[in-house]
Amino acid sequence: MATHNIKHALFSAIITLIISAPILGLDLESAGTELKLTGASTSTLVSIVLAAIVVFLFQTFRDSIMGALGQMPKLNRFADREPMPQEKRLKLENIFLIVLVAGALLWPFIASRGSVDLATLVLIYVMLALGLNVVVGLAGLLDLGYVAFYAVGAYTFALLSQYFGVSFWVALPTGALIAALFGFLLGFPVLRLRGDYLAIVTLGFGEIIRILLNNWTSLTGGPNGIGGIPDPTLFGMEFGRRVKEEGNISFHDFFGIAYDSTHKIIFLYLIALVLALVTFLIIRRLMKMPVGRSWEALREDEIAARSLGLSRTGVKLSAFTIGAFFAGFAGTVFASKQGFISPESFVFLESAIILAIVVLGGMGSQFGVILAAVAVTVLPELAREFSEYRMLIFGAAMVLMMVWRPQGLMPMRRIHIILKKQE
Amino acid sequence: MQDLLYFIQQLINGLTIGSAYALIAIGYTMVYGIIGMINFAHGEVYMIGAYTALITITGLATLGVAWLPLVLLIALICAVIVASSMGWAVERIAYRPVRGRHRLIPLISAIGMSIFLQNYVHLAQGSRNMGFPLLIEGGFRFGAEDSFQTSISYMQITIFITTLICMTALSLFIARSRTGRACRAVSQDLGMSNLLGIDTNKIIAATFVIGAALAAVAGLLLGMYYGSIDPLFGFIAGLKAFTAAVLGGIGSIPGAMLGGLILGVSESMTSGYLSGEYKDVVSFGLLILILLFKPTGLLGKPEVEKI
Amino acid sequence: MLEVRNLSMRFGGLLAVDQVSLDVQEHEIVSIIGPNGAGKTTVFNCMSGFYSPTGGQILFEGKEIQGTPDYKISRMGLVRTFQHVRLFGNMSVVENLLVAQHRHLNTNLLSGLIKTPNYREKERKSLDRAAYWLNRVGLLDLANRDAGNLAYGQQRRLEIARCMVTEPKLLMLDEPAAGLNPAETRELNQLIISLKEDYRVSVVLIEHDMSLVMEISDRINVINQGRPLASGTPEEIRRNDDVIKAYLGEA
Repeated sequence: MATHNIKHALFSAIITLIISAPILGLDLESAGTELKLTGASTSTLVSIVLAAIVVFLFQTFRDSIMGALGQMPKLNRFADREPMPQEKRLKLENIFLIVLVAGALLWPFIASRGSVDLATLVLIYVMLALGLNVVVGLAGLLDLGYVAFYAVGAYTFALLSQYFGVSFWVALPTGALIAALFGFLLGFPVLRLRGDYLAIVTLGFGEIIRILLNNWTSLTGGPNGIGGIPDPTLFGMEFGRRVKEEGNISFHDFFGIAYDSTHKIIFLYLIALVLALVTFLIIRRLMKMPVGRSWEALREDEIAARSLGLSRTGVKLSAFTIGAFFAGFAGTVFASKQGFISPESFVFLESAIILAIVVLGGMGSQFGVILAAVAVTVLPELAREFSEYRMLIFGAAMVLMMVWRPQGLMPMRRIHIILKKQE
Repeated sequence: MQDLLYFIQQLINGLTIGSAYALIAIGYTMVYGIIGMINFAHGEVYMIGAYTALITITGLATLGVAWLPLVLLIALICAVIVASSMGWAVERIAYRPVRGRHRLIPLISAIGMSIFLQNYVHLAQGSRNMGFPLLIEGGFRFGAEDSFQTSISYMQITIFITTLICMTALSLFIARSRTGRACRAVSQDLGMSNLLGIDTNKIIAATFVIGAALAAVAGLLLGMYYGSIDPLFGFIAGLKAFTAAVLGGIGSIPGAMLGGLILGVSESMTSGYLSGEYKDVVSFGLLILILLFKPTGLLGKPEVEKI
Repeated sequence: MLEVRNLSMRFGGLLAVDQVSLDVQEHEIVSIIGPNGAGKTTVFNCMSGFYSPTGGQILFEGKEIQGTPDYKISRMGLVRTFQHVRLFGNMSVVENLLVAQHRHLNTNLLSGLIKTPNYREKERKSLDRAAYWLNRVGLLDLANRDAGNLAYGQQRRLEIARCMVTEPKLLMLDEPAAGLNPAETRELNQLIISLKEDYRVSVVLIEHDMSLVMEISDRINVINQGRPLASGTPEEIRRNDDVIKAYLGEA
């Protein structure tokens, strides 16, 4: 065992050196038209060597390390426990949900303006991730162009308001429905493709949408984007200092309070909260309905599902369209929050972040996805010095999760339908 | 006459780009042929090959090595070594541990790998464009002095010839060598090959490495041809090459060549006659259309669903 | 009710099924037997719409159905099981039966979201039907277990129950006795006969187990190397020289 392991370990260590030394150890710098090459700092060089040594040691003692890791679950006291009965679990989940919502409702009154704004963004990501969770987690379809539907929602609102003066409340369902329509139209032809082809096609579709938004300057303003997207109103009350539309009254006038720009931010936050909650509840209901069971069945065994009369395209299409619908929802809220949108906000990276949220949270698990959405958006804000490492860490986390814990941080627990004893 | 010259120019440009796409496409097609999965991180391996080549060229210039063939040779060797190691590592880290699990899992781990590598280079080398020196200058020109001239640069000829050499070498390798034969056996039936004593792990790793090496060659050539590289350089090229592989019939090596050339020509025609902005739209559109109407591609074999 | 005429299926250069014909009448059990690799399952895959045959016709109740998508064929009432049991292993036993009834539950999304009385009624009915069939195949006590945790024989029975809740006209069973012990095989015999007698379902059976086939089949079709070899009643098949030769040759 020893010589074989050491040979392999040495090989791995050398590979580590080869792939890290040139890229990390040598810095290209452009000086005018010329390129210059400088060595990296000593600490970088030391860490490259350290990395190689770690790889070497890990590979040499791989068996014993893996053995020790195998013991790990025994340290986890919860690992061997019987899963709690479903009724109890559902009750706990509901309590948790109520506490979560109550906390979220209190949040704007205790947190700073910036935190409320950030929380709105978190809620938008929650909506997006819950929507993508339907597609990836429940129906098992890898959609790498999810951001396209988000863009469709946002641009629908922006364009409708620009050309027809449509308000947020009209745009919200319209944006979602148009995004769903896009999902349906794209999904209809491509959903019979195999999983990895589907991933590439959706990726290509996302890019096409972005390129079109970027180049169709006469309609979308191209890279300059569209600004002046109106804020939502509350029963016709506006949140600006001055009323923009005739016949409307402003919020602070109606209640006879002083104008405060935080009102608008809090209002948007509350809208996002309600919408995220609605998204959560609708999807949770769908999971228990026949359509949810069909998603699951098709994901588990497509051939068996087809043999029972489930239409592959129909079932996948329902998931795809519903996912797109919620992305459109989120897009409208996003457009309203920013007041300005451009193709910059809808790059592949966004799709990757949303996918990372779903994967880290545990595909299919709604609570997991919510927690992951909070973590993925808030952590980089808390540790700003790490924010440039954000995507690096996400990428690595996605690989590691798939290798060690593909079920995610909070694995999905299905709600079973119980057949009660009959006489 | 002018129109014809213009057309020929687009054709030449397209064939040049297309043959480089074909080199990258080999990586997709070989891996797919053997394990039936898309190597999502392949575009990043190609990008890393290009970066290594640029680093080597710059380093040699600093050292005062100026003899062009030597510079190119060393850059090529370095790029191939680093990219192949990367290909090996990708297989080892993102594919082997999850092989045999639900299809979604290796797919996600590969995408994670691709995101990781993009950001790894981004952090190490910055996100700015790096100017890539055009070491091979000059070329032939055709047509009257005072009107449109068709030109073939020596760079384009180099890309052509290198691709041709690589493809021939690969075909010979697959057809004649022991490893090549084993590759074919494994792509026919992985389980059976295992029983017959072929080290399938090694063969799978080998396909990643071969694909990566060819991608590195393409990285050096296209880096020079485009004149600049950045960490996102591999993402789009990877998608294009994947399109080429699917177009030609994924799993088929001549298919990758054919698909690359067709894609390259249709792109350069779009840029030449329509607008450069839409060439990506055309290639993605092409990809979607092929997958819908002929998912086996031009030279691929039909797949039978096992029940 | 079902007629297969000169069915052929070619994969590349391989002619897996060559000019096979058979017919099934109402309330009849018809078997397809033949040595391994004879193309029996391929015939099934064509009949159930998973493959589109390269030649010949398949008529179901007078309509040509060859090349019709699998799920549509299933909705017409031709439902099959698989040689290697295909259950939804992470779903509970009763949920497996609910999935199969999605058509009876085919209400729109909205009525499900707000739980209209009509929707509840349909849910309840499909649970009742599931319970009925679970009881019929002796799995009622295991209704809330994960299907993947059942014993092999139980999984086979569940697969048949899952077909039956779709209320099929013709049931296609692909080696239902494979991997069962003699006692279980006898139970299976009873079940298949009862499906025909009590539920008026026709059955097409692929089987290796000769005792099962001879006992319950009304008629038998033998195919060998993709080609039809003989067909007739069990008695006729037992005495057919070609069949004896093919089977002895294999042994």
